[in-house]
This record gives sequence, C-alpha cells and structure tokens, in this order.
Amino acid sequence: MTDLTDRALDTTEKLGATYADVRVIRRRDESIAVKSGRVEGVALGETDGFGVRVLVDGAWGFAASDTLELAEADRVGALAVRVAKASATALRRPVELDGRPRATGTFETPVVEDPFKISLETKIADLVAADRAAGKVKGVTFTESIYTGHREWKTFAASDGSYTEQVLTQVGSAVEANAIDGDEHQRRSYPDAGGGYRAGGYEYIRELDLAGHAEAYAEEAVALLTAPQLPPGRRTIVLDPSMLYLQLHESCGHPTELDRVFGTEASYAGTSFLTPDKLQEGFMYGSELVTIVADATAPGGMGTFGWDDEGVEAQAVPLVRNGRFVGYQSSRETAPRVGLQSSGGMRADGWNRIPLIRMTNVNMLPVPGQSLDEIVADTDDGLYLANNRSWSIDDRRLNFQFATEVAYEIKGGKKGKLFKNATYTGITYEFWRSCDAVGDERSFVMLGTPNCGKGEPSQTARVGHAVPGARFRNVQVGVGKW
Amino acid sequence: MVSRANRLVSPANAAGAPGGGSAVVAAEMARKVSASEPESALALADEVLGRALRIGATEAEVLVMAGDAALTRFANSEIHQNVVERALTVNLRYVVGKRIAVVSTGKVDTDGLRSLVNRAAAITRSCEELDDWAGLPGPAKAAAGAAANAWSDGTAEATPELRAEGVRAVIAAADAKGVTAYGSFSTEAEAVAVANSAGIRSAERRTSSQLLTVHMSPDGGTGYAEGVSMDATEIDAAAIGAEAAAKARAGDRAVSIEAGEYPVVLEEYAVVDITDMLGYLGFSALAVQEGRSFVELGRRIGSDLVTIVDDGEDPNGLPMSFDYEGVAKQRVPLVEAGVCREVVYDSQTAARDGRASTGHGLPAPNPWGPFPLNAVMSAGSTPREELIRGLDRGLLVTRFHYTNVVHPKLAIITGMTRDGTFLVERGEIVGPVRNLRFTQSYLDALAGVSAVSSSRKTIKGFLGAAVVPALRIDAWTFTGVTEF
Repeated sequence: MTDLTDRALDTTEKLGATYADVRVIRRRDESIAVKSGRVEGVALGETDGFGVRVLVDGAWGFAASDTLELAEADRVGALAVRVAKASATALRRPVELDGRPRATGTFETPVVEDPFKISLETKIADLVAADRAAGKVKGVTFTESIYTGHREWKTFAASDGSYTEQVLTQVGSAVEANAIDGDEHQRRSYPDAGGGYRAGGYEYIRELDLAGHAEAYAEEAVALLTAPQLPPGRRTIVLDPSMLYLQLHESCGHPTELDRVFGTEASYAGTSFLTPDKLQEGFMYGSELVTIVADATAPGGMGTFGWDDEGVEAQAVPLVRNGRFVGYQSSRETAPRVGLQSSGGMRADGWNRIPLIRMTNVNMLPVPGQSLDEIVADTDDGLYLANNRSWSIDDRRLNFQFATEVAYEIKGGKKGKLFKNATYTGITYEFWRSCDAVGDERSFVMLGTPNCGKGEPSQTARVGHAVPGARFRNVQVGVGKW
Repeated sequence: MVSRANRLVSPANAAGAPGGGSAVVAAEMARKVSASEPESALALADEVLGRALRIGATEAEVLVMAGDAALTRFANSEIHQNVVERALTVNLRYVVGKRIAVVSTGKVDTDGLRSLVNRAAAITRSCEELDDWAGLPGPAKAAAGAAANAWSDGTAEATPELRAEGVRAVIAAADAKGVTAYGSFSTEAEAVAVANSAGIRSAERRTSSQLLTVHMSPDGGTGYAEGVSMDATEIDAAAIGAEAAAKARAGDRAVSIEAGEYPVVLEEYAVVDITDMLGYLGFSALAVQEGRSFVELGRRIGSDLVTIVDDGEDPNGLPMSFDYEGVAKQRVPLVEAGVCREVVYDSQTAARDGRASTGHGLPAPNPWGPFPLNAVMSAGSTPREELIRGLDRGLLVTRFHYTNVVHPKLAIITGMTRDGTFLVERGEIVGPVRNLRFTQSYLDALAGVSAVSSSRKTIKGFLGAAVVPALRIDAWTFTGVTEF
C-alpha cells in the first residue's frame, strides 16, 4: 500500500501542498434482516478506495477514488490540490494545525470469535430463533430482527512520515416486537431499537442472548397496547442505560464537538451552547455527580481505535468533571484556537469522506455507592424510563425531547404500573443539574449507536457510550396531547 | 444527530453515498463506467447478470450506480471543506428458487465480478426460502430509459471553481448585510442501470445540485435559504444569499413567547418535512400491509386544499424515470383534495396485493419497503406573500430542525423551529421570536390547511426531492421554548 500512499503524497507535495494525508480503506459489511420469522435479506458489501486531503495556501482540499492505481493517485492528488486552490479563493483564516508526534504502528480490535468466520447458517439460525421467540407471543403484529458485522482495514499516511495500519471490527444485533391495535402501535426492542453494538466479535452476540430475552420483551409490547397513557406532570425519573446513553449522546456528545462550536456544522446539525467562554468560566453543566469523558481507549466501544484519521493517538479526554464543563472533543485544526491539543476525535465515514470531529466513546462515569436497582429502591415516587423511541434536540443542543418505549411507575422503591407513549423534555444544563443519583460499576454498561449522522456530504459514525443509569428530579413528562 | 435512515442503507452504501468499491486491476481488464454514459453502466449490469445466470441463479437483478459527487462547504464566510469523489457500486440480487442473496461491490475487474456472484451463490445455499417470493419484475413494467430532463451538462461539468464562485456570491450577500454565511454547494452526476433476468434493461443518467445557506447575524438573527436544481447553472446563488441575509437581519433581537397553540404559516422549507414524514410513516404499501400506516384508501386526512402526488417525471423536481428495480415510475396520487387515494409499491409489496409495482422500489435488500422519492404538492391560489394576511395572531415559520416521530399512526411529530420564526398580528409581521418546540400531528396539520401558496419550491428532503408550496394552517401545537 505504501506505493500508492507515497505516490499520492509525492504528487501533492510537487504541486504545492504544505501538508497532505492519505487514507486507504477497505470495508466489509454483512447484514441479516429477519421479519416475522422470515429471512428477508442477507447482504454482503465490500468497498475500498482512498482519499487524499491537502493543505494549500492555508486551505483544505480533498478528493477520493475507488480505483487503487498509481495513475489514479496522481489524478486524485492533483485534483485535491486544485480543489484546495479553489477553497483559497474564499478564505479568511488560513488553517494552522497543532503539532503531534509522528504516528506509526498498528492496532487491531480484540476479537474472540471472528464474526466473519462464524458460518452464515449459524448467524441466521440464531437470529431467526430470537425473532420467532418474539413472534409467537399472542398479540404481536410483526417482528423485526437484525444482525450486522463490520470490519474496516485502514491505512493512514501523512506528509510528516506518519504511517499506521488498523483493523477495526464491530458487531450488532437486535430483536424487536411490534403490536398494533387501531391507532396504537407499540414496540419493544432488545437490547435497543437500533441494535446493541460493540467493538469485538461474535462473542458479544452470544452474550446478548436475544432468544432468551425476546419473549418477555414481546409480551411487554402487547401489554403496552392497553397500558394507560403517561399523564403530564413534573416527575422524578430514573433513566435506564438504554435511554441514558442517547441523552448523553445528544446533549453532551454533540455540544462538546469543537467544530460545531466554531460554526462549521451550522448549516446542517447546528452549533453549540457550550461556547469557549463557558470553558473559561467552568460552566456548571450538571450536578457534582456528573462526570463525562470522551475515551477512545474504552474496551468494547465502537469509538475505540489506535489513532484517529489525523494520526492522533487514542486518548481519554474529560468533558465534564464533577458537573463542571472542562473540555472539548477536538481536532488538530480546532484545538489550538482554544489553547488545547487535539483530543484525537477526527474520523471519516470511509475513504470517500473527509474527517470530522466525531464522538469516540462519550461515557458517563459511574459513582460508587448505589447500583441502579438500589437507586430505584431509594426512589419513593417516580418513573423508570427505558429504551429510546424518539429523539429531538434544538440546533444549539439545549431544548430536548425524548420518548421511550416503556415507562414503569416507581412507588415506594418498587417498579410497578406500566405507561405507554412516555415522553420527557427539558433544557440540557437544567436537566443534568437535576441529577441526584448515578449508578455504580454494577450497572455500568457499554452501549452505542452505529448511525450518528453529521456533515455534508452526510457521514455516519459508529459511536460508543458507556453509562450506568441515573436519576433526575423535577422533569417534565407527558408532552403533547392525543 | 442519530439518523432515522439506518435501515434504509444497504451495506455497500454504508460507506457513504453514492456507494463505493475498488478496482485494483490491470488497465486492459477494467470496466470503465462513466456517469455521463448510462449504456456503460448497463453493459456492466448485463455482464454481471450473465455471470450470475451461468453459475446457477434462477433469477438475478443487477443494479449499477456510478457517479461523481462534489461538495463545497463554507462557514464563517469562508470555504472550510471542499470534496470530490468518484465511485461505483454493483448490487446483485441473486435468486435460486425462493432463496435470495444480495451482494454488493465496487470491484469490477474479472476477479471482483467472479467473487461477487460466487459469494451470492454461497449465501443462497445458507438461507431459508422466502415463501411468498413473487419473482423479479418483468419488462412490461420496465422503463425504456432516458427520463425527460434528468440530466444537465452544466451540473455534470461543474468545477470546484464554479462552486467557489457560487459560494462567493452567497458570502457577498452576507457581507452586504453584515452577517456571516454557513452552508454548502453540491453537485452530483450519476449513471443508474438495472438489468434483470426477467428482461428489464433500464438505464439513465441523472444530475442534481443544491445550494443551501444559514446566515447568522451578530445580533442573534439567523436565516435560511436553499436552491435545488437538476442544473447547477440555474441556481441563483446571489438571490439565495440575499434571501437568507434578509431573514437573518429580520430575526435580530428575538423575544420569547409562550408555548401554546397558534395558527401558522409554514414556508416551503418546513412543508417538505410534512411530505417527508408522511411518506416515511404512511404512503408505503409495506406500511399499510403491516398495519403501521395511517393510510386507509378513501380516508380524509387533509382539507380540500391538500393534494399530493409522487411524480418522477415532474420537471420541477429531480426527475427519474425508473426505480431501483428498473421499473418505470408511475405518477401516484397519494392525497387528492384531502382524501387518501393510493400508496406506492415495489415489486414484492405489489405481488402481495395482486397488482403491479408503481416503480418505487429502493435498492435491495430493502426491509423498509417502497418510498415516494418525488413528492409533489399542488399549488394553491393564494399569492405567497398573502398567506400571513390571514393570520390574526400567529407565527411564520421558516423551517424545522431535528424532527422525529412521537406517535407513528397518528403522525405526531416533535421538532424545533429554526432560522427565522416571526410573530404575526393582524396580518403583519410584528417581530422575531425565539425558537419553539412543537409536538404536532401532521395529519391534523393537513386537515387544518386553510390556504396554499400559488408558487412552489423544490427542496431536498429525507431521501428524495419534493416540490412544495407554503401553507397556512389553522392550529399548530408548540410545547416548549428555548433560549435563542
């Protein structure tokens, strides 16, 4: 591969690039979709190509191709330089990159059972068994189950002599039961609507034991059809990890991305309320129980790697410490503007995309003392909300509204009555400041999402979130009328 | 931002549209496919089809997408990202009896194509039969190709310099008003071809372009404008910049108002979310067959003023003559004068209902079902600027942000307003208001449409492009406020 990367780097240097990097990526994806007990789709996808990113006259250019030939390296390298020169015609602040050590080495996701070596028959049989276990429950209208395996071979080379090779492997799966009666459509999914995902191998799919959980979740989907609507009010809520991770994703992960702060996502995903002055003042983002890190080294996280797509080594960066906002997720370009070093958060969605600041594993750290069950036992009157059903937040990441698949009433420390169509809403920092209990290591679990969208052209990132579950006071629930 | 579209993306496309793949090949073996030459894409599809049938497929379908895509992105009134890509995807649906596999690749040398069909054959040996498999669609439903007005040389030949020129015009309009510009200018040219064993051979070339911008004022106002066209040279960058700049300045020093129920005027940028969401939730035959759609044929869901069709030939949109199964796109009336008339079909959902596909299939495998990619909402008789005259006290909304489904069968959606929300009293704009959260049934909204603008805009939506007017709606439920 060095022939192609060297050729592209040589070409860009000859044409005037002051910095260049090349990523050569091969991806393999496998997916199985089962619907109502039938295998609806088995798909394999392969893609490979390379992307060249250059700085010329302080402006960025990028070009990519799926043709791994030396002549194409020349064409793409030259095109990237031409694109950068066009960028320079509308430039007000030339790009400056922070320093970093030359990156060299290899990284590979630890895998116990290679998901691409497990037979397709086995994977299909496991998924069908789970789907049929959900489908046999009386009252279930239809079921859907998915399995995906993803592997990426990534070579990175830069004009400073950096050269790294990585192999990243991730798997995910889910079973989902849907019950419909009239206008009511209820869903329960295990472990999560989009799937439970980990960096690793098929051992994680076995650990999930979809078939062992499917029936109970399906029964709950049916029970929701006749459950009462969650009434509006201000309540104490306990968020299960299956909801807390997305709350964290939307209201802390995205607003701490420094490119959003500087406006480069303004036209699409928006900006951020966490402006640099709030970093200086030590803005109180949450209660003292709230500590959040972006950790690209976390075991099993979908945002775990050796180096980011700028060659910055994986690291753990504090974002919120004991409630105070203390740091950003950043890049080599953005970090120096607030006096920081890159957090190593730049990732691209394949060879044909430019790296952006993406969440690695944005984790809420556990607090010693109480397990999640003990938090429930310690709650006299509240709601336990699990599994996200709907998500929305404003473009500065302040006003959010989430819906969950299920809400259980908590009375006298015990979970009881079921409510349907649960929603809750709030303002980000008010919500996190109302956190008065966080689970300990016993409920700390790595979750994540494979489809975090950002950027134009659209990019999808695989993101991890390890969370313990937590309790929040005085939260508005039951939004809307119907 | 977590995408709703994750299950609509096939593995090959997961690398990022328009697909990907490689060709590490000797020059004499390479199959050259050009976005401007759909016959080259069809030739490749034919070759893969032949290979699949020769090794034992009883049916096969090959979809080839080859494209050049470029995007120039700007923020803080300067270009900060500028990308160009060329990519090719071959998507093979391989059938043995009722066992079906889908494999995709970008490796189009001899070894790559041989591997593609062999892997597909291996999968069919592992998977179960699909008991109601109805077979691939036949040529009677296929398009002859060459949709009217799907291609523009102006877009296909657009250069980084042309996009930069457009961006500079947007920035100049921002500078003139003392605001800052953030947005993107994209161009895409693509050849799409489908060949299958039932005789379909469809191919065409398509182009699209989009320029969008958010302008932000130092005094807090923000404004949005967008232009979409098959022909990039028709996009008036200066006008788009001026529209967003004026809106941003008009939005300065916004004040809070209480959440509650207000009549609204929705600009086209907001209306596209309604057609998108209803397409996603209800206008698919699969949604109806699974019982998750709000659609019942003959059911009234909108006022008499609401008519929505899906029309792949509408020259105001981004035309396409056939779907990703190669079936000719039919003009499908979804809502006529407020009443549900039809839904869109692909070949499998059509077979279940004993009818023909309407040409709305997505690339296989597609557990989500068919989708209306070319929604067109009829214009009304009210001049656009007259819509707010009908508001005694209400809100003018430029667009929505991050909408999502709260209740699927009632089509209750939550989201935020963004980039220009204004209080209107006695038919006049009083001033800007801070953004609001809404939780609103889009069906109730259609039922409350009391005026439709006589002009329309083409706007890119969730998956396709829609042609929509601005609407006046009698009641809209806002459920929260924010700080800006």
